[in-house]
Amino acid sequence: MSDSQAVATTVDAGHAGGHAAHPPYQRHHFVSMEQQNETTNFGMWLFLLTEIMFFGGMFTAYLIYRNWYYPAFVAASHTLNIIEGTANTGVLITSSFTMALGVWCAETKRRKGLVWSLIATFILGLVFLGIKADEYHEKWVLHHVPGTYFSAQAFVHPTAEDGKPAEKPLAPDMAAHTEVYFSLYFAMTGMHALHMIIGIGILSFMLFRATRGAYMDGNIAFVENFGLYWHFVDIIWIFLFPLLYLISRYS
Amino acid sequence: MADLQTEHHGHEPEQHSEHKVVSPKVYGVIFLILLVGTALTVWASYWDVGPWNAAIALGIACTKATLVVLFFMHVKYSSKLTKLTVGAGLFTFLILVGMSLADYFTRAWGQW
Amino acid sequence: MSTIVSLPDQATARIPKRNYLSNENGLLSWLLTGDHKRIAILYLISITFFFAIGGTLAGLIRLELLTPQSDLFAADTYNKIFTMHGVIMVFLFLVPSVPATIGNFVIPIMVGAKDLAFPKINLLSWYLYLAGGAMTLWAMISGGVDTGWTFTTPLSTHFSNTNVVTTGLAIFVAGFSSIFTGLNFIVTIHRMRAPGMTWFKLPLFVWSNYAGSILMVLGTPVLAITLVLVVLERTIGIGVFDPAKGGDPILFQHLFWFYSHPAVYIMILPGMGVISEVVSTFSRKRVFGYTAVAFSSVAIAVFGFFVWAHHMFIMGVSNYAVLVFSLLTMLVAVPSAIKIFNWAFTLYKGSITFETPMLYAFGFMGLFTIGGLTGVFLGSSGTDIHLTETYFIVAHFHFVMVGGMLMAFLSGIHFWWPKMTGRMYPEKISQLAAVVTFIGFNFTFFPQFLLGMLGMPRRYAAYPPEFQVLNVFSTAGASILGIGYLLPILYLIWSLKYGKIAGNNPWQATGLEWQIQSPPLTENFVEIPIVTQEAYDYEWLERQKEHEVTHVG
Repeated sequence: MSDSQAVATTVDAGHAGGHAAHPPYQRHHFVSMEQQNETTNFGMWLFLLTEIMFFGGMFTAYLIYRNWYYPAFVAASHTLNIIEGTANTGVLITSSFTMALGVWCAETKRRKGLVWSLIATFILGLVFLGIKADEYHEKWVLHHVPGTYFSAQAFVHPTAEDGKPAEKPLAPDMAAHTEVYFSLYFAMTGMHALHMIIGIGILSFMLFRATRGAYMDGNIAFVENFGLYWHFVDIIWIFLFPLLYLISRYS
Repeated sequence: MADLQTEHHGHEPEQHSEHKVVSPKVYGVIFLILLVGTALTVWASYWDVGPWNAAIALGIACTKATLVVLFFMHVKYSSKLTKLTVGAGLFTFLILVGMSLADYFTRAWGQW
Repeated sequence: MSTIVSLPDQATARIPKRNYLSNENGLLSWLLTGDHKRIAILYLISITFFFAIGGTLAGLIRLELLTPQSDLFAADTYNKIFTMHGVIMVFLFLVPSVPATIGNFVIPIMVGAKDLAFPKINLLSWYLYLAGGAMTLWAMISGGVDTGWTFTTPLSTHFSNTNVVTTGLAIFVAGFSSIFTGLNFIVTIHRMRAPGMTWFKLPLFVWSNYAGSILMVLGTPVLAITLVLVVLERTIGIGVFDPAKGGDPILFQHLFWFYSHPAVYIMILPGMGVISEVVSTFSRKRVFGYTAVAFSSVAIAVFGFFVWAHHMFIMGVSNYAVLVFSLLTMLVAVPSAIKIFNWAFTLYKGSITFETPMLYAFGFMGLFTIGGLTGVFLGSSGTDIHLTETYFIVAHFHFVMVGGMLMAFLSGIHFWWPKMTGRMYPEKISQLAAVVTFIGFNFTFFPQFLLGMLGMPRRYAAYPPEFQVLNVFSTAGASILGIGYLLPILYLIWSLKYGKIAGNNPWQATGLEWQIQSPPLTENFVEIPIVTQEAYDYEWLERQKEHEVTHVG
């Protein structure tokens, strides 16, 4: 803010020794770039800590209800599209990889490499959301979205489809509890998707700046910290995938 | 920890990490392990090994997550403070999950 | 009565021309500021506003309870009033009170930094607070909310037809304000300390705010997701807490109290920090057992995460969980007692003077001790079953939150007022206010312990006539208490123009913030200090003064 800087110039005259060497992107209240980078990095990690706890509430709920309503969770989990889920896991891991490469390109000042890595990450992020949207659509068609539109009929009277044998039927009260599973499914993947959307928004801003030649002067804290966020979102999915898609696939 | 060096530049007596550039080769190897892990966890879920299914799935997920944290997120090369921060998050998460579940499991034991 | 206040010669003294207040003018220079001191002032104004609203609602509650019948308000209006009182006081006053005002102002100076680590996030946090506050007010005037500040399911998700969604989202937004404040403090304390400022030279105020910030960062997100789930359940009907669909309402309690019990420590820890500073300064002694007090803050923060289910003893948790959580609850008494005893030992053989901050601090120590010890009644599952959901619990947490935290807040505001504004508050009337507050508080809330023991339940507009005498006492006390809170608002505003010039260090205190001009410069220090002295080293202060005298003379 301008008010602080106005004084900074005069006040800093007292210890102007190493001041001339400061790069322009060093903010006035830090002693050195190293301090600034470590500070922002630590701040990002603390933010991720809050994210762990944010998802923690839903993981707690998941574990409790999975133990209570295991048959319903198995049956409901089997209605998820394993192909799309696995593909999405691959997509997200790949996007994490391209993001890590992007950080490396920024560190080693490869402009083209950074831009292409970010483009790849951006596209993979969109692909993930696209596949997710297709899965959501399928759930909607099957009346598996919780709320007034929900119906557990398919679990009480399962039908064989596409050459697959019919699932074991559930008792009506247990079948009703598939709604708890789908509530958690939509809450968890929805929150995850929301984080993806926010991430893609920030990513496109970063991409825009990178095409203009930003992050080539050693000031790459933004890229690094965004990378941390993106990898964190990846980690959440790494847990969501087996917990939601892979419950006793054999039965 | 060769990459950790104690650096006293006045304002901060804690350990600082020199900024380490991780090579793309490392990223590539981790990436492949993650893909293999994904395939493995899907494959494993089609085998009936009773309660071990959940354990295997969670074990693979934890391994994958650890690799991402250590290498993609550079925690292996980071300061003790970062490691402590990750540990603190994990610890509190486990309290939330563990102590809540403790209530649910002991409810089944009934009255005294 | 002796005093340690040393003010500059009023005939010649002037407020320094260049300071953070005069640095820039105009409304925009405030609304877009990155200066932690200006943001602290913005926070101070806004939390005072919400405190006034919450206090007014408290007054209405006490008025209604003057008579056994529900005659002033209909029962559901009464429900909306006490809900709004709770929501505003907890989320919009107590949680940000000390950290966002006093902490924001002095923590960067105490650690020897020019500003908090993330000035823009600090400003964002204030705007989020305002947004949350505005949404809360909107919920209040557009029909209110009647679930109590605890949003108990399934009442909040299914049966209440009031503004649960708006209020829930308001708290969600205000919660992020608190997360960002905590995050900023932790990063600042770790990474922005001046050369030589080691962890064990930090003032205890910094330690306790550090501990409180950890709780903010780790606890608040759980509340956030819980409220999101409640909102989703209300709007689209997911089934996580809905027993009709197989959900468990007690899970809501687990998640809610996982935050809301640590939230109690989020509120009280910064207040304890204020008391450490004040007790040391006005007994001219280093805080007894500095290390123990510092670590007791961290211990309270850690233990705070292990005890939440003591709010749920009668709600259907397992007997074994009750046993374990009841035992763990007793753990928290240990670090709290360490603090109280160490303050007492600090006073022992100290040169005690009775300026206003010290009077409030004494009030804190007495009332917090009563509040804490009655907490042991409620933490023991046997007595809890009798006492919970009665006025005993209301009295208990008001002793901790109002008697403890609000006293600490007022103590801190008086203590740092000269630093914030450059002017002293009027001493005599403020001492009177402190005494009036103490008397009014005890009149208001002590009868409620008795009411609770006799079995009067909380959250009802009407009660059996045999409880009326004690309720009249309580309401009468509340009006005294109201005067006690009105006085500081009036004379502190008065002192902005007419208060005596305070000078740099009116209390002869040792913190870094007292070694710079009042009000401080925008970047706090002319030169970043190099810290060699311990915290609360009064001999060092004496030597500094001699040094100055010999050099100037």
